[in-house]
Amino acid sequence: MSERNQAQGNPDASHSPHLSHHFATPLQQYETGKLGMWLFLVTEIVLFGGLFCAYAVYRANHPEIFVYAHKYLDVSLGALNTAVLIFSSLTMALAVRSAQLNQQKALIRFLAVTILCGFVFLAVKAVEYEHKWKHGLLWGVHYNPEKHNTESHDIGHEAKSLPDHANESSPMLPTENLHNPIPTTNEKSAIAPAADAPRGLASRFDPDLYEHIRDVPKNVQIFFGIYFVMTGLHALHVIIGMGLIGWILRRSIQGHFSAAYFTPVDLTGLYWHLVDLIWIYLFPLLYLIH
Amino acid sequence: MIASTTSPSTISPATNERADNYLTHKTGILSWLVTLDHKRIGVLYLISILFAFFLGGVFAILLRTELIGPGQTIMDNDTYNKIFTLHGAIMIFLFIIPGIPAALGNFILPIMLGAKDVAFPRLNLTSYYLYVIGAIFALLSILLGAADTGWTFYTPYSTSTSTSVVTIVLGAFILGFSSILTGLNFIVTIHTLRPPGMTWFRMPLFLWSLYGTAIIQVLATPVLGITLLLLIIERTLGVGFFDPGLGGDPVLYQHFFWFYSHPAVYIMILPAMGIMSELVSTFSHKHIFGYKFIAYSSLAIAILGFLVWGHHMFTSGQSSLMNMIFSLLTFSVSIPSAIKVFNWLATMYKGSITLETPMLYALSFIFLFGIGGLTGLFLGALATDVHLHDTYFVVAHFHYVMFGGTLIAFLGGLHYWWPKMIGKMYNETMGKIACLLIFVGFNATFFTQFLLGMQGMPRRYANYHEMYTPLHQISTIGSYVMAVGFVVCAAYLIHSLFRGRKAPANPWGSATLEWRCASPPPHDNFSAPPTVGDPYDMSDVRFDPQIGGYVFKTQPTP
Repeated sequence: MSERNQAQGNPDASHSPHLSHHFATPLQQYETGKLGMWLFLVTEIVLFGGLFCAYAVYRANHPEIFVYAHKYLDVSLGALNTAVLIFSSLTMALAVRSAQLNQQKALIRFLAVTILCGFVFLAVKAVEYEHKWKHGLLWGVHYNPEKHNTESHDIGHEAKSLPDHANESSPMLPTENLHNPIPTTNEKSAIAPAADAPRGLASRFDPDLYEHIRDVPKNVQIFFGIYFVMTGLHALHVIIGMGLIGWILRRSIQGHFSAAYFTPVDLTGLYWHLVDLIWIYLFPLLYLIH
Repeated sequence: MIASTTSPSTISPATNERADNYLTHKTGILSWLVTLDHKRIGVLYLISILFAFFLGGVFAILLRTELIGPGQTIMDNDTYNKIFTLHGAIMIFLFIIPGIPAALGNFILPIMLGAKDVAFPRLNLTSYYLYVIGAIFALLSILLGAADTGWTFYTPYSTSTSTSVVTIVLGAFILGFSSILTGLNFIVTIHTLRPPGMTWFRMPLFLWSLYGTAIIQVLATPVLGITLLLLIIERTLGVGFFDPGLGGDPVLYQHFFWFYSHPAVYIMILPAMGIMSELVSTFSHKHIFGYKFIAYSSLAIAILGFLVWGHHMFTSGQSSLMNMIFSLLTFSVSIPSAIKVFNWLATMYKGSITLETPMLYALSFIFLFGIGGLTGLFLGALATDVHLHDTYFVVAHFHYVMFGGTLIAFLGGLHYWWPKMIGKMYNETMGKIACLLIFVGFNATFFTQFLLGMQGMPRRYANYHEMYTPLHQISTIGSYVMAVGFVVCAAYLIHSLFRGRKAPANPWGSATLEWRCASPPPHDNFSAPPTVGDPYDMSDVRFDPQIGGYVFKTQPTP
């Protein structure tokens, strides 16, 4: 509301340097920009919606792949990134507020912190990707964990070192499972909801699911395909968002924004919140499968 | 964000009163290439899409020539596959989808609305250049060994063929962004730039249809984007989403593809229906019948269009329950479509119909769209579809809707707004001759294909059994007649650019706002927000023989 009043606050702003010729008032121009941005965010959600849809179809058809493969994602790193992004949304919101309140220094400071958070997010993501890359936990044709099976010790160690799933059995090695035929209670509770979930177009429910789950399911590469495409497209959006914030930061340093004109800061903020929001959905869907 | 330092906001009203118009406002090639004026961008689009239409048409003639007899006539089977892919992809992505909204819509929408420009002029220009870049990629694929997948790029063939699928898919991906940005711009323009008095229900119906179209563009095209992106990374990186060998599902591709491409059919036809409402009312010289019904039916079509994609996949292994649901929903689309047709007929009833060229196209539309729509019911019904699936019946059906509907309405709109855009009148007699040639040629080309399809001729085949020869030959001759019609049309339109009679501001007697400004319109469209009344109140216009056009009895307040 305060934005409105400020945009309106300058009634004879027809000579405002920021007012385009086809708008009658700065308020009309501001609201036009805002509606345009919201519509653009809708298209972004639909774009990701396709991927969420693919996720839903494959998870409904093959829950065992998701239950099995998600253990190779590092929950603590994912949680760290979630915290970083949520914090960056806060600083972005504060940056918009600083612009509205004419606080130039605070605006610059908050924008800088937001960009910094973007870098931290990407760095953590890079660590995660590198880990997958080293172990051949990749998409489609590049999924090749077998080459590491020869160094079985190493893999077992690797699986145990994952903080959230330091299970006694390495899901990588079916032979080891022979020694631990009974799944832990933890794993049992992890399976039940997935098996009970609506199956969509799935074929008939397989009562032997519990048996199969102890072995390595088929087509694990589908999970990693989805993981890399979704997080990759999201990372691309993070980079674009950081570029936009960088541009806003530069204009802030040049003193372009004030209580009378802060539309670009506001719209970039909206975009950044969307990028954050998408991650908030990606994190539980990919990392927290229970 | 939208502030533009280069836009000529400093033009004083005094300059407008001279013969200054958007064509003469600034000169030089550069003033066109970096223009932010929606009218000039509309003209740029018009030139580009007509070029695309010419290319797609050449490919169509090549296809029909190959099919003039059984066996090889002018090209081998592989070339045939590439040519029909190019024909389909160019006509759909480069011509029909941007055709009416981006070319005619860009020019007309702000003027009809009473605005000075679209909401985001720079985004508008960006969208045009995305179109150009997408078109370059799509055409580049021809040089790299054109794709032979058909315009649908179905997996797994599209991920295994050695032809240049990635290039043309990348082109379609970029064109999708162009389409999204145009749609976004139109929605925001209609929401925020209506002048005082222009309420939602005083908007001309063309704007309602563009609004419905824009909703589909914004909500459906991103799905095409992600689908084509997945197809590209599938081919380049081997992700395997759609590859059964890697646990993927090729039918998922079909779902994704048609989730966009069926609504896209309404991106193509809705603006055509909007043009129809303008033409029928104007040339019946009568108020449109059932305004609100036509307006709401545009939105109904936009919404229902999202729910029927599965009817492209009746034989792809969907469950029969899903087939039944999709079939039922498909039939429901005929309700808003029929509402429009009946309202146009009721508008003409007891009107003083004059048969200028745009009206001839409008009448053709009703006839051809009627056939196209009704044959759609054969394909929407499950039992008959199994027989007709992938035959020439489907080809004939969608050409009756896309060509007989969209293209005919596009031509009608082009002739209708030509005097406004160019400021010159075309030769009316030649216009009627061309329309007749196109109408006759079209029916000869495609009505025969219904018969071929009923007899089992499969689509996308370069060769056929001898029993189909006579019908194929009639079809090919029909396509040549159409080609002559288009050449005549191009000839008199180009002639009118140089030798045409100067157009009056309102040559047809329409009451919508664009006819209140000069032909061609001044740079700023309206120096002051225009007074807005009922857009179909024909009692407000009268013919003035001195200027050879109509004048408004109530002049807009300056």
